[in-house]
Formats: sequence, structure tokens, C-alpha cells
Amino acid sequence: MKSAERIQLGHGGGGRLSRSLINSEIVTRFAQKGPLAGLPDGASLQIGNSEIVFSTDSFVVSPLEFPGGDIGKLAVHGTANDIAVSGATPLWISLALIIEEGLELALLRRILDSIRLASVETGVQIVTGDTKVVARGQCDRLFINTAGIGRKIKSLNTGIHRIQQGDKVLTSGTLGDHGMAIMAAREKLTLNEKLYSDTCSVHRLVAEASQWGEGVKFMRDPTRGGIASVLGEIVEDRSFGIVLNEDAVPYNPQARAVAEVLGIDMMHVACEGRMLLICSPDSAEGICSAWRTLPEGTGAAVIGEVTDDKGRLILETGIGGRRMVDIPQGELLPRIC
Amino acid sequence: MKYVDGFRDTGAAASIVRDIRHLASEVEDKGIDARIMEVCGSHTMSIGRYGIRQMLPGNVKLISGPGCPVCVTDAAYIDAALELAGRGVHVASFGDMLKVPGSSETLADARSAGAGIHVCYSPLDALGFAREHPEKEVVFLGIGFETTIPTVVSIVKRAGSESLGNISVLTAFKLVPPALEALANDENVAVNGFLLPAHVSAVIGSEAYEGFVTRHRIASVIAGFEPLDILLGVECLLKQLAENRSELVNQYSRVVTKSGNRIARSMIDEYLEVADSSWRGIGIIPGSGLVLREQFAEYDAAKRYQVSTVGGTPDRRCRCGDVLRGIILPGECPLMGKECTPLFPVGPCMVSSEGSCAAHYRYSR
Repeated sequence: MKSAERIQLGHGGGGRLSRSLINSEIVTRFAQKGPLAGLPDGASLQIGNSEIVFSTDSFVVSPLEFPGGDIGKLAVHGTANDIAVSGATPLWISLALIIEEGLELALLRRILDSIRLASVETGVQIVTGDTKVVARGQCDRLFINTAGIGRKIKSLNTGIHRIQQGDKVLTSGTLGDHGMAIMAAREKLTLNEKLYSDTCSVHRLVAEASQWGEGVKFMRDPTRGGIASVLGEIVEDRSFGIVLNEDAVPYNPQARAVAEVLGIDMMHVACEGRMLLICSPDSAEGICSAWRTLPEGTGAAVIGEVTDDKGRLILETGIGGRRMVDIPQGELLPRIC
Repeated sequence: MKYVDGFRDTGAAASIVRDIRHLASEVEDKGIDARIMEVCGSHTMSIGRYGIRQMLPGNVKLISGPGCPVCVTDAAYIDAALELAGRGVHVASFGDMLKVPGSSETLADARSAGAGIHVCYSPLDALGFAREHPEKEVVFLGIGFETTIPTVVSIVKRAGSESLGNISVLTAFKLVPPALEALANDENVAVNGFLLPAHVSAVIGSEAYEGFVTRHRIASVIAGFEPLDILLGVECLLKQLAENRSELVNQYSRVVTKSGNRIARSMIDEYLEVADSSWRGIGIIPGSGLVLREQFAEYDAAKRYQVSTVGGTPDRRCRCGDVLRGIILPGECPLMGKECTPLFPVGPCMVSSEGSCAAHYRYSR
């Protein structure tokens, strides 16, 4: 098959194409036994009596600065959030910069300051790093890689295997703001009201939820591929399904309007400061109320429920219809009319 | 968004669905199934996205038609675009076109192999690119129906007024009314109601269908793309079937007028002339295309670079042609979800976000 012979942009879109690349080329070569089999976003590791979570992420966003954030903030939040939703408190982060010749020093300073601020707010320390400069054209201005370590929160015991029929699906706030803000900034769309990225750290949301201990079944931050990707992957080949209530899923009306114009399904759009959580029915309202006391959780809502409809992610639409929600395929392409 | 939300109201939808059930049983008493074809890809997508098919009674069938411009683009057109990219021409395109299979490759394949192909949100992006890169030859892939055509033609208009010599358009423009005519004349197509396109009609006006409806005596409703528009359109068609009427009704009167958009129409007339056009999987439909008039030949990429956009050799197993005419439903194609998926599409109906096979794959499997 011709299109399988080279890497396409869609391989990085966070949808089916990304997964097929990771599963067929990477996981097969580095497969572990047990819970680390699929090379999860955050790996839980045992050192002596302590359990830690280790994670890494690379950042290549363009533009480097956008309404609501910049690549530096993202680099801290991205890795810290992968650790947090793995049920751990993020503690230490590494910072590796790949800089293109010609990058304005003033811009680099702003981004480094932003990294410092984000790490203070997240409660993580930058403890090691690396700096490389490459010739013009060999990277797009600035790429960042961060890796991080966190301490496992003892009361939490999460994983797909713990999800049961009747469990509730929660979001910590409006979905898709980051992806739409980036798209609007990149395409220089003229809007009446600016769209802001939702980038922020979710560690406090995780800390709040940890009070419900075993009631918390699963946590994930819906980045590339959006909630459709996260929830679609959870139900795939499982004995349960998920039904979402379209009216309950919170969106920023501005972001939704732009997605509407570009023909993009908001369920496929990335967030960088939100989390999805699946919990027992009796903890759902409690977790939502606790989240709403935090600025990053004011938009918390119960958006769906785990069903016995094997392997299917269904949306109950606002007008009373039902439809399947599919995992996005590759790139998010704007439609033509 | 408030404006739009009114057309997605739960209570109103439930009340229309009740009326639809009532009318559907009247139609059933007459011993007929309502086979309604939505001609436009945006309708197909809305129907899938809001789960409308599941809200309708069993004897009301919604069948997707050939109204997605990507889906009816010939393999040879993609081959021509690939050839241009191979010759070093910079190809600018709407995103949906990138994964359409040509005879052997897609534009996405060529792009990952290094060809200069870029995705535009608007034809004017391509114009901007040509302006900023006078050293490059730029070709915009001009596909689309009456809705998209005027904005694509604006490339020619602006390039002319700015004396930009490095941009041209590879045209594969299609017209809706001649396609309707061909469907109505095709004895394999069993349809007794048409849901006519919203935005195409905003350009050509409701009068463009008058002759068609009179000639073929088939119930037809111009409907908007919001879920309530579609439900009202279905209700109106059922009413006509129940009462043995076959009229043209304009449900989308908040946007569509009798004579359409005069500025867009006169722009089409000024730059383009009617020609026969080849529809993928269907074949040549007489008078169903538009090409640039002779005086704008320098902006016509097919002439400028001497490439042909007709024919090609699409995968023979693909049944997109039957799907586009409503002869089979997407789910009835043996390739559906197996060899043909949005990741590795065999036919164009699986590629476009508005393709009927893609809608089936995404929303209804």
C-alpha cells in the first residue's frame, strides 16, 4: 500500500493513524510485560518501596506564542499532566531545547520565563536539561522536550480494567479550546472575540479527585485527537461502551462557532488543561463539586455514562438522535464547503 | 451560535418527528416506501452527525446522492494534479482532496514524498501564496459546485486585475441541476423525493429547479443544513407523497430566494461556460460542468500545462458510482470498513468529510 511507505502528517494527528504507527512499529519493538505492555503515556515504576510515574512529551507547536499560552507553558503542563492523570503528583521535570539558528533572544527569554512560572504554579522543579542549536531550516524555530517524574498517590488505583457499567464520565471543563485557539492563530482567522488556549496544569484536579479513592476508575487528559480519541480507545474491544449526552458536553461557544465554520468536530479537538475522569456513580457529583471550587475546574460536568453496549461510543444528540462517535483518522482537515 | 441553536431545539425536533411518523404511516397505507435522496454532502453529514436516520420510521429511507464535489472528482483529475506537482508546480488545494485516490497515488502520498502541495482554507490563500512567491508557478485545484465556484473564480478575477502571471486553476466544476436530470432519467435510480441542496440553491435560486420538477413530477424540497431544516424537509416531502403531489417547495426561504445570488451568478457567467463533465463512478453527464472561457485560457491549468483531467483508472472494485446514485447504500458495499476505511480509502466517497461512505463509517456502523 503506497501511502503506508512514508510517514505522513496524519501519523502525528493523535487518531487512528498515530495509533497504528505506534502499535505496529514502536510497541512491538519495546513491548514490556504487565501494565506497561502498551507503553502508556505515564509509566508506573517501582523503586524499592516507592512507586513513581515517569513520562515524556515533545512540543513542536506553531505559532510558538498563542492566546492563552506558549510552547514553554505547554511543555511544562503537557508532561506534568501526563504524570498527574497517571495518578501521581508531578515533582521533577527535565527541559531539552532544540533551537533554530536565528531565533530572537527576546522570544526565547519570554518562553523561558513562562516555563519558570508554569513550573512554579505546577509545583515541579526543572532539575536537568539540554540545549542544542541547529542550522536554519533544520527545525521550526524552537522544539522542546520535557520528561518528568512524579510520586504515585497511594489512594488512587486507576486503569481501564476498573471501569464498570453504570460508571459516570466527567470533564473538568469546556473541551477543544486549545486546538481551536491554535487553529485560529495559525490561520490568522479574524474573530470578534479571541479564542484562548486552555493550557494549564491538572495536578490539583487530580489531588481533589484522589479523596474519592477507589471511586476514581480512570483519568486521562484529552490532548491530540480530543475526547473522541480518548473515549474511543477506552471502549475499543472492551465489554462495555460509553454513551455521551451532547447537551451536557461543555464547549466554549466561540470555539464551537469556529469549528462549525471549518467543519471540524469539536470532539476531535485537543485540550491541554482539561481532564476526563471515569468514576463510580456515587462519587460523580462530589468530584464535580470539588472541581468547581478550583479555577481550572469551574466548567466541570458529568457528560456520559458507561453502558453494556460493547465497544461502542455513542452520542445522544441534542435533537434526540443517536450516533456513533468515531476515533479521528489522521489530520484535521478543513472541509471545502 | 445562539442563532444556530434555535435550529437544533429538542422539543421542536420531537414535535416534527411526531408529524413525520403520522405522515409516514399514511404513506405506508398507500403501499409505498418514501425513498428520499439528499443530493448534497452537507446534508449527508448533518444527517449522520445528528443521528437523524435513527429518528425516522422504517419506511422513510434517506439515500445519499452525488453532491459531494470531492466524491465525484475523477481519478484522472488527481493524476493531473500529481503530474503538475511532479513537474515542480506548487499545488494548492482544499484539504479534502489530499486523500482522494488517483490511478495509483494520492496527493498526501506525494506531499510526504516532498512534493509542493499545500492545504488552503480559502482560494484566496493560494492567491496570497502566488503573490508572495513570484518565482513559483501555483495551481489551485478548483473543484466544487455552484456554492464554491464563485470564490474559486475570484482567483482569476484578482490575478487578472493584479497582473499575477504565476497562478492558474485546474477546474473540475460541477453543476447540480444537470446531475438531478441524469439521476431522474436513470432507471436504476429509485427515488420518489429529493431534498435539494441549501447553499447551492442560495446561489442558483429556487427557479433553477422549476423545469426539473415539472418535467419529472417528483416531490422536491430545498432544505437547510440544520437538523430541524432537514426534519422539516422530510416532513414536507412525506406530505406531498401522502397527498400525491409533486411540487417544488423552498423550506430554506430564510436564505434561498427565487433568483439566487445575482452577483455570484453573474460572476459565473462572466468567467465560465457550460461544458460536459465527467463524474467519478457515473460517467459523462452532458452540460454538467463549467470551464473557463477562452479569453481566460492563461488561467486554465489544463490548457496551460497540457494535462487531461478525464478518465483515469480508479480501483475497479470500488462501488462509489452505485453509492452516488443511491443504487446501493454505503453499508452494502463489500469493501466498507474492510479494505476501504478513511485511513486507506479505496474510493472518494470514503475520503471527503462529506462523503456518504465516510458518513456511514463514522456515524452508523
